Amino acid sequence: MAKKVALLQGNTACALGAVYAGCTFFGGYPITPSTEVAEVMSEELPKVGGKFIQMEDEIAAMASVIGASLTGAKALTATSGPGVSLKQELIGYACIAETPCVIINVMRGGPSTGMPTGPGQSDVMQARWGTHGDHAAIAVCPESCQEIFTETVRAFNLAEKYRMPVQVLFDEIVGHMRERIEFPEPGELEVIDRAAPTCAPEDYKPYDAKSDTDVPPLAAFGSEYRFHVTGLNKAADGFPTTKAELVDFEERRQIAKVECEAARADIESNEEYKCDDADVIILAYGSSARSARYAVNELREEGIKAGLFRPITLWPFPEKRVAELGKQAKAIVVPEMNLGQMIFEVERIVKSDCKLAGVNRVDGDPLTPGQIIDQVKEVL
Amino acid sequence: MSERYELRFSGAGGQGLITAGIILAEAASIIEGKNAVQSQSYGPEARGGASKSEVIIGDKPIDYPKATIVDACLAMTQEAADKYANGIKSGGILLLDSDFAPKAPEGDFKVYYLPIMRLAKTEIGREIVANVIALGAMIAMTGVVSRESGEKAVLAKVPEAFVDLNKKAYALGYEKAQELLA
Amino acid sequence: MAYDYEKSIRPGKLPHIWCPGCGHGIVMKGLIRAMDTCGLEKNNTALVSGIGCASRLPGYMDFCTLHTAHGRAAAFATGVKMSKPEMTVICCGGDGDGTAIGGNHFIHACRRNIDMTYVLLNNHIYGMTGGQFSPCTPTDAKASTTPYGNPDPTFDISKLAIGAGATFVARTTAFHATQIDKLIAEGIKHKGMSVIEVVDDCPTTYGRRNKFRSVVDMMKVLKETAVPVAAAAKMSAEQLEGKILTGVLYKEDKPEYCEQYKKIIDRVQGA
Repeated sequence: MAKKVALLQGNTACALGAVYAGCTFFGGYPITPSTEVAEVMSEELPKVGGKFIQMEDEIAAMASVIGASLTGAKALTATSGPGVSLKQELIGYACIAETPCVIINVMRGGPSTGMPTGPGQSDVMQARWGTHGDHAAIAVCPESCQEIFTETVRAFNLAEKYRMPVQVLFDEIVGHMRERIEFPEPGELEVIDRAAPTCAPEDYKPYDAKSDTDVPPLAAFGSEYRFHVTGLNKAADGFPTTKAELVDFEERRQIAKVECEAARADIESNEEYKCDDADVIILAYGSSARSARYAVNELREEGIKAGLFRPITLWPFPEKRVAELGKQAKAIVVPEMNLGQMIFEVERIVKSDCKLAGVNRVDGDPLTPGQIIDQVKEVL
Repeated sequence: MSERYELRFSGAGGQGLITAGIILAEAASIIEGKNAVQSQSYGPEARGGASKSEVIIGDKPIDYPKATIVDACLAMTQEAADKYANGIKSGGILLLDSDFAPKAPEGDFKVYYLPIMRLAKTEIGREIVANVIALGAMIAMTGVVSRESGEKAVLAKVPEAFVDLNKKAYALGYEKAQELLA
Repeated sequence: MAYDYEKSIRPGKLPHIWCPGCGHGIVMKGLIRAMDTCGLEKNNTALVSGIGCASRLPGYMDFCTLHTAHGRAAAFATGVKMSKPEMTVICCGGDGDGTAIGGNHFIHACRRNIDMTYVLLNNHIYGMTGGQFSPCTPTDAKASTTPYGNPDPTFDISKLAIGAGATFVARTTAFHATQIDKLIAEGIKHKGMSVIEVVDDCPTTYGRRNKFRSVVDMMKVLKETAVPVAAAAKMSAEQLEGKILTGVLYKEDKPEYCEQYKKIIDRVQGA
């Protein structure tokens, strides 16, 4: 049978992807350019017996999502840069309390109210370092409406598997444009549910890690397991502790569970387009990567060996592969709809192995292939 | 068809031009199985102001989702013509509403006039279908999708009570444009 | 036979962090008796708090307990309740937590009339951070950030809750220990948002600065300023000056939020 297809906005694809992943709770607050995600969730969730609530502010939306997740629900919120700024304290809470949840950030310009109706990619560092304190981060960045659907599903899988908040970043361009979506059949995409405890209820400890990279199972409130959750540094039983060795172990484990080699291999996802023999690598993400792919094709026609490296997982950043490309290529060009953010991550990794140049735009219009082509020629 | 065919629909907010763009993209991508991307200018106004909707259609996947060199452009108001009837390629097409966008910007492209709003009012009796008349005309002038695909996409979008009205409006736009080209 | 509190307390989690003379322990005992009266199941009851001295309460209690971020108890609890309406959800926390940083969440939980019970321990001060003034600190009182006296007007928490739409609102004090459990139990049984304000004392950071010689003096003030609503009805405005009304201040039956949402689900799924 032919697959169901539809022409859909990226924001709509995101909401439908969440439902496919088994999301049953949405707590949100209206903000441009992400609002359609909430609108579609408000329509879809009751159909599957799920709950939609529009909270009184961005912070409350994040709080409700964590609360719902602790009852065992797959929970989602959607916002834009200013909203993520407001949610940051509680994103940190979800990190330390190891509570799965997904946060959609449809990026616009900034800082502050900035350009609400224009695209931006200026939240990529906010996604990594926004909340205070040491913490790991997982963020994915789709470039098309179809990929928004599949990456939203993957974001839920990663949140459930690694027991932490996962951010999906795309910009206003992809959020609002319409493309054809082919809906995966149920079961076609992998859907992961959090590991449930198997021990006796009286033996359950919500942070009882078996190793320094382990992700312990999470029980649900209202089940036969009863436990305590806090934002304080805590011991394996979930109760506050200030014991140096316990605090140190937990802080390090919560980062290592994402950044250890096995986890990186599982979480990282990249697209490489004509990179094998490339002299110049264009490292681009989100909608900028679409312009970059166009640029690669044009440059190749002119005889310039260009390639596109597109991190789909932004965090953890694909350090190993970028280091290799830095040794292979004469130059890496990083187009971003901000004034230079991810380029510093690239610089940290490739050091002086190759030339490095940014292409930056923050005037509300997308980066064009022409701008990228010009920079590639200049840097070579 | 070239690798990318770019269309821009512009006019006043509330005239239904974003819908016209969506219908065209559906005709191309859902009905004809081509690749299509639809996007729109997105401002704080829900009504009024100048509004535009762009559709890129191609046989290969569409990388850059916005217009680069526009093949065909529609402007329903003078404000829209002044603001958005630019970047049209040499030999391209500009369709203007003869009453509301009488002044064509200068350029090396073909300019056509149709009294779209007037046709909606006098021939169909409903100004609300002006966007469907415009869509019919643009499809006739560009041949970017077939007449049938366009009609099918229009009818899939409208409530049953309005099927006849929209069928008539689409045919009117398509045929008036054919007359212009003849 | 003495009442057995320990059956509700997590083994090994006492002693608590509260100072000698603090009223919070009295409120916790009242809460335990109330929960017991209502026959709440441990696995099916969530106790949610924010940050502050009073917010440490859930950690001692043997239920599903959620110690959230400063001010956010009502918002977390809304997520818990909305997602699992069959659970009993009780929030507890202090006046600064609930009415300053968490004021917005508090009033909107009241507005929705979601079926939760919020026990607000009002000791008129930010105790945990060392005695800064809160929205409930009396005007002219001394706090560590009002060395010349508090210039701020004061929130009336119960009036705030009624105005915002809570459908069960009651007040008592830490002195009126036996009334605490009765009011909380009534609040738990009430379908909708219940707010029980318990006026209590912070001898360490409030009493000391405001010339209370002892905890006994503070308790005496609670005793003397409390006027039951029935008695207050017969008193003049002059007589009521400086008094606080106690008992059930407001009760109304109105549609509850989760039930309303359930109707939407049923309607959508039935269609």
